[in-house]
Amino acid sequence: MVKKKASPDKDRCVACGVCALQCPRKAINIYRGCYAVVELEKCVGCGICSKACPANAITINEINQEVANG
Amino acid sequence: MAKNKVKRHWYEYLWIWSIVYFALGFFNILFAWLGMIDFILPLIFAIVGGNKWFCNHMCGRGQLFWVLGRNMKCSRGKAAPAWLSSKWFRYGFLIFFLTMFGTMVFQTYLVFSGAGTLRKAIKLFWTFKVPWQWAYNGSLFPDWVAQFGFGFYSLMLTSTLIGLIVMVLYKERTWCTFCPMGTMTQGICKLKNNDK
Repeated sequence: MVKKKASPDKDRCVACGVCALQCPRKAINIYRGCYAVVELEKCVGCGICSKACPANAITINEINQEVANG
Repeated sequence: MAKNKVKRHWYEYLWIWSIVYFALGFFNILFAWLGMIDFILPLIFAIVGGNKWFCNHMCGRGQLFWVLGRNMKCSRGKAAPAWLSSKWFRYGFLIFFLTMFGTMVFQTYLVFSGAGTLRKAIKLFWTFKVPWQWAYNGSLFPDWVAQFGFGFYSLMLTSTLIGLIVMVLYKERTWCTFCPMGTMTQGICKLKNNDK
């Protein structure tokens, strides 16, 4: 099954935290003030974070669930 | 259906502080010193805690851009050009900003040493002089304290105006991508993380 998930670019992320504030499922954390990390189990791929991100660092990718789960 | 009640925290309203700060400095420039809180707190969070909790939850300026840009629809919400959040621009702007901060501190020193006199004006975009003499009529502090106030207020107002311009043109919090404090604290956090 293919599911949409947010995937932040570590190098472009400025760790401002807007994505984490906007995420309706609290799936995003700013890892030690360095970059945003998405908890894939919580992410529903809604894209709200991607729209809010001022650095355009978040893309919504389609991830194959079976492959992701092993 | 049970309604999902979102718990609100006091620090979500710090955007009000951003407005109050500029209002206070309009009437008395000595209030400009309070802006030092916004300089020192993020650094303490980054150096001691190794995090950007200030940027992430407490930055009144970022919140103000969000309130104006998103809630009041004053932002086009369009993607900013990539160079605006590129590393060379971010660190370049940080260096520029620190240089200007240093110049401002030096001007304060000139007044302190008696080599310069207090100028009751603020400078916008490091270029345009705006008279601001109503904001200071003497106090029990020496003149250099007020000089720093005028200089620091100029810096705060200029950076907020830049932030508002990019907020309107691009995404709400585009300022955050090249905010000097943000760049500095993220840099500190990255350095701290490499240690481990």
